[in-house]
Amino acid sequence: MTEVVALSPSTAARARWPLSLVVGLILTAGVIATALIALVWTPYDPAAVDIAAKLTAPSAAHWMGTDHFGRDVLSMIMAGAQNSLIVALVAVGVGAGVGTPLGLLAAARGGWIDELVMRGNDLIFAFPALLLAVMITAVMGPGAINAIIAIGVFNIPVFTRVARGAAQGLWTREYVLAARTAGKSRALISVQHILPNLMSLLIVQAAIQFAVGIVAEAGLSYVGLGAQPPAPSWGRMLAEAQTMIGFAPWLAIMPGLAIFVTVLGLSLTGDGLRDLFDPRVRRER
Amino acid sequence: MSVLDIRDLNLTIGSTPILKNVSLSVAPGEILGLVGESGSGKSMTALAVLGLTPPRATMTGDIRLNGRVISNAPDALMQQVRGREVGIVFQEPMTALNPVMTIGDQVAETVRLHRKVSRKAALAVARSVLDRVGLPADRFPLTRYPHELSGGQRQRVAIAIAIALTPKLLIADEATTALDVTTQAQVLDLLKRLVREDGMGLILITHDLAVVAETCDRLAVMKDGELVEAAPVGRIRTGMTHPYSQRLLANATHAPVRRSRPQAGAAPVLEVQGLVRDYGGAPVLFGKSKTFRAVDDVSLSIQPGESVGLVGESGCGKSTLLRAILALEPPQAGRVRVKGRDITAARGAALKTIRRDIQVVFQDPYGSFDPRWKVRDLVAENFHLLDTRPAPSEARRRIDEMLERVGLNSSAADRYPHEFSGGQRQRIAIARALITEPSVICLDEAVSALDVSVRAQVLDLLADLSDRLGLSYLFVTHDLSVVRTVTDRLLVMQAGKIVEQGETAAVFAAPSHPYTQKLLAATPDLVRNHALEKETVG
Repeated sequence: MTEVVALSPSTAARARWPLSLVVGLILTAGVIATALIALVWTPYDPAAVDIAAKLTAPSAAHWMGTDHFGRDVLSMIMAGAQNSLIVALVAVGVGAGVGTPLGLLAAARGGWIDELVMRGNDLIFAFPALLLAVMITAVMGPGAINAIIAIGVFNIPVFTRVARGAAQGLWTREYVLAARTAGKSRALISVQHILPNLMSLLIVQAAIQFAVGIVAEAGLSYVGLGAQPPAPSWGRMLAEAQTMIGFAPWLAIMPGLAIFVTVLGLSLTGDGLRDLFDPRVRRER
Repeated sequence: MSVLDIRDLNLTIGSTPILKNVSLSVAPGEILGLVGESGSGKSMTALAVLGLTPPRATMTGDIRLNGRVISNAPDALMQQVRGREVGIVFQEPMTALNPVMTIGDQVAETVRLHRKVSRKAALAVARSVLDRVGLPADRFPLTRYPHELSGGQRQRVAIAIAIALTPKLLIADEATTALDVTTQAQVLDLLKRLVREDGMGLILITHDLAVVAETCDRLAVMKDGELVEAAPVGRIRTGMTHPYSQRLLANATHAPVRRSRPQAGAAPVLEVQGLVRDYGGAPVLFGKSKTFRAVDDVSLSIQPGESVGLVGESGCGKSTLLRAILALEPPQAGRVRVKGRDITAARGAALKTIRRDIQVVFQDPYGSFDPRWKVRDLVAENFHLLDTRPAPSEARRRIDEMLERVGLNSSAADRYPHEFSGGQRQRIAIARALITEPSVICLDEAVSALDVSVRAQVLDLLADLSDRLGLSYLFVTHDLSVVRTVTDRLLVMQAGKIVEQGETAAVFAAPSHPYTQKLLAATPDLVRNHALEKETVG
């Protein structure tokens, strides 16, 4: 079971930041900065077709080359970063926002409510996200919103489980018993005592789920269930590169690298945060 | 020749001195009690002997084991020494054993590490050692796993591992502290027998002078890394020379002065009638799941100003009873009345009103506070019980006043709980309990985790508060020596039932139930020995 580590404020300030956290944050900041810059400026219009310059290898004019329509790959990746980050961020937000309260509720009430929440969780867990995305697409048509809903729903049980497991451990702590003898309701104790002491765990989980979300978005776009053209997407770029990999490998390598760097940055951030919040790991350094 | 001879041992970690000029020796067949409060350096001394000091520690001085110098010896040599020449038993038997290995394999592993023997031969050695520590083959085959054993039995396995190669020195670091008194007595008897049979030297590290008085030949008292007194154990009775040792003894037998007497005729502040608490077993598909009755038809009452002790060994149901009394868990039957109002049936605002009158102080001075809250907010948490919460300035004044009343500075309010020592934290817990001016305070092992000097102070504080505020206490504890000096009445609990109750002095003088007799006989008794000695001397 996950052990919840209570972090006292002054020890947190004293702790040195783990290397993985520093590297992870730099990579992540780079990706976010790229996405923000793409809002106002890209080297070329990412949707501009220039057949004359089609399938140019990386060069001074096109740093990452061009695709079969002559679109600038760098510009598409920059614009695609927005799409990937927003989808992953909102999906994690949905997962954490719905899952955490459910987990807290299950731990606080126990009994049949716990049973109901957790079995519902199992049901969602057992349901492939891809299938869910297909179903949503069937009802609403394809689009980035689909990806957000599908990935978000898939995130709910993850946060419910983490929150419930850790909260159950906290409910037996003496300070929670003391709060109960102070006449506080279970809901109030969940908000005042349980949630703050779960925060470090949830932040770490969020960083990990964020990385998973980026991959999932790319996967859904790859099979055509994510963002629709002409909106650029890393996953769809990979899908389109598939048939041209023999003579234009940069079309697959560049978006692949973008996904790799983003996921690596977020994973390292998650690992680093876990180390930062865990006094046992901290002591060993 | 001594088994162990330590000369002028100094140990520093960074620039902090941990041990200062420690010199002591242990003869074959001798039991040395190493006594001191937490942080006195007694465990570090043991680790130095085993060559297990922390990596940044620097050590000077001489440690000789059977005449051979082992201080600052290379790790390869120490690996040979550990297990073969020195055995060690730690406090916590659950974590000292590997949960996924059978007890036979664990003992045999030690044998095979040091002797080139077949697995079969090693298991044969394991069998005979387990027999020696009182785990016979018919009831404890080698294939048992640690979780199938009780705490005392696990500690016997740990001892078997330590003595499997008949070392010349055994170190028991608080090895009986986590055990119930009756189990503790059995394990101490076992250790004494092994020392006698093997001519081993034994260092018994403990904070409990009573254990030393009943078990050891000599005692060594440590304080802040220094050995302040080394003497034959009889000195505990005839008078120790160092002021610190004298204070340690006085604190261990400390009896707070209590002026107020319980009001006999008044209505009880706490009344428990026929309380039953069952725990459900795992749910089953058909039929009823098995339940376990933790509290079985318990009745008790506490008068205003009365202090009542509830004693029993682990698993007897005393903590479950306490949680039911505090309405933290619903009982299956029975009633709990606080000043005449039924707390088990109350809900919402009515429950809050009743809770004002009954509060609790828990055992663990580290676990009973949310580490993210400041002391002011922690103490103020109980204001939640009031219908109208005091205005911020009024709340501030009352919290400061309460902190001063329990012997803390009001500046404590703006600090976090981890900035305080164990004793100070228990004072904060008492302040939190007192802020709504309750009539009864339940103390769940509230002084068990404290050093004797701190314990004496906290007991004095409780006695003083009871005198001034007319408080009643329910002391829930496994430690008979605590309740002896601070309670008016004593309830003895066994297997969910109260088997004996009466005036504390009367129960101690003439226990009537066999279980109480057993419990009292097993409790190392410094008070009685000490008082007897004083009488004969005086």
